[in-house]
Amino acid sequence: MSLIDLANPSRFSAVTARVLPWLIVATILAFAVGGVQTYFAPDDYQQGATVKIMFIHVPAAWLGIAAWGVMSAAALGTLVWRHPLADVAAKAAAPIGAAFTLMCLLTGSLWGRPMWGTYWVWDARLTSVLVLFLLYLGVIALWHTIDDPTLAARAAAVFTLVGAINIPIIKFSVEWWNTLHQGASVFRIGGSAIHPSILVPLIGMLTAFTLLFLTLHLAAMRNEILRRRLRTMLLMKADAAARA
Amino acid sequence: MDFGPYAVFIVTAYAAAAVIVAALVIWIMLDRRRLVRAMADVEAQGLSRRSGRKPQEKPRDKPEGNPEDKP
Amino acid sequence: MRPLSALLVRDIRLAVRVGGGALVGVLFFLIVVTLVPFAIGPDLPLLSRIGPAVLWLGALLATLLGLDRLLASDYEDGSLDLLLTGSTPLELAVAIKALAHWLTTAVPLVVAAPLLGLLLNVDLGASWAVSLTLLAGTPALTFIGLIGAALTVALRRGGVLLAVLILPLNIPVLIFGVAASNAATAGTVPFGGAFLILCALSLMSLVVGPVAAAIALRQGLD
Repeated sequence: MSLIDLANPSRFSAVTARVLPWLIVATILAFAVGGVQTYFAPDDYQQGATVKIMFIHVPAAWLGIAAWGVMSAAALGTLVWRHPLADVAAKAAAPIGAAFTLMCLLTGSLWGRPMWGTYWVWDARLTSVLVLFLLYLGVIALWHTIDDPTLAARAAAVFTLVGAINIPIIKFSVEWWNTLHQGASVFRIGGSAIHPSILVPLIGMLTAFTLLFLTLHLAAMRNEILRRRLRTMLLMKADAAARA
Repeated sequence: MDFGPYAVFIVTAYAAAAVIVAALVIWIMLDRRRLVRAMADVEAQGLSRRSGRKPQEKPRDKPEGNPEDKP
Repeated sequence: MRPLSALLVRDIRLAVRVGGGALVGVLFFLIVVTLVPFAIGPDLPLLSRIGPAVLWLGALLATLLGLDRLLASDYEDGSLDLLLTGSTPLELAVAIKALAHWLTTAVPLVVAAPLLGLLLNVDLGASWAVSLTLLAGTPALTFIGLIGAALTVALRRGGVLLAVLILPLNIPVLIFGVAASNAATAGTVPFGGAFLILCALSLMSLVVGPVAAAIALRQGLD
């Protein structure tokens, strides 16, 4: 069975049902490993134990941004290829991405209070991530306001692609402006600037969170396929009742 | 393990993350439960999807066809 | 060119008609600006410091309010379908509509800004800067708003959703507009830098707005 067979929603649901238990186990294991790694990670000489917040804050930020990337790819699938699963993937990803962006903002704020002395500052990085959160809320509102799922998918797709301009702004905000938020230290051209004793747990937690996103996204997609089927059948029922 | 003077921030951050993840998981599970039950209700009322119908029903669904074929 | 200029003239005429709503934007601008001193109190130095920001905020909200009119009335009476099926490229048609909207809704705001600045004790130099930045920035507000209008055109109560969608995209315009206004009178950021970015945002929106709006309209109304 090739990848193209997965495009059929029924087959996708079936495959997902088989894969999901394994993904759940993998996620739990990854978090167990990551949790142990973060517990034994050394304290930062400047920040002390609060550096441990980073092990949640950075994965949450990564996922919040990656989810919008997934939605953008799905948006192309909807607009260009009218792929049936693209709509489902986009709608399922939105609340999950919003949740992780919120997690990023909250953990960042709680990290900022002891480190910078303030819960919030309007610098470029924080502002653009807040804008991302607002964009998530907007696209979710769009999904829930337009009745027809196909029309909603197309409107959401256009909005997602327009909002995607924010992603490079977030990424480069710390370079283009003087920000309180620190600059890039993990994914840099010269190699990471972080010591392995901190980098390894960070990678561990990144992996765990990514598996978590995959699991949640597939489960949500399965629900969405079911929701559409239910809607079709209820419409058929209403139609039959109207004819009778 | 000593979390230092800012322990409350660290704990709150981890707790907030846990709450958000738990909320996502619970929402997806409850949503699925509701959908499966609604689906079962609708199917119990006799409706089924096209692909769920038995094969012998298909001839009845044949379209009008070409008038020239009729004798 | 004839169809496009006809469309422009038609839209401008409709907007300045009594029920057209062109001056309602200015009225709303006035209301917002008068409410702020009531809320903050008659602290004149404070008002003059935040004056440019309040003027920008009022202009943004007034523009948002008027965006509902941009496409919805044409959708309701069927002219939007004519535009969709006509021979003029849809991108140009919606761009012309947005231009007409900007001329009738946003330009009055630019003209009114210095007068309303008097209410906020904004000094003359700052007033000119605010007007100039509004002139450069309101096209961005209108053309980005065009995208929201296109996405929500078929909804009955699309106005609030439109605002929710467009507001995050307008935030950079607001930030640079106010930064440029403040920079003109005082401040560490040079006026030229912020102003040029504001112009860049407007120029970008002149392209992205109509293209995205046309895609949204075609997808939503086919």
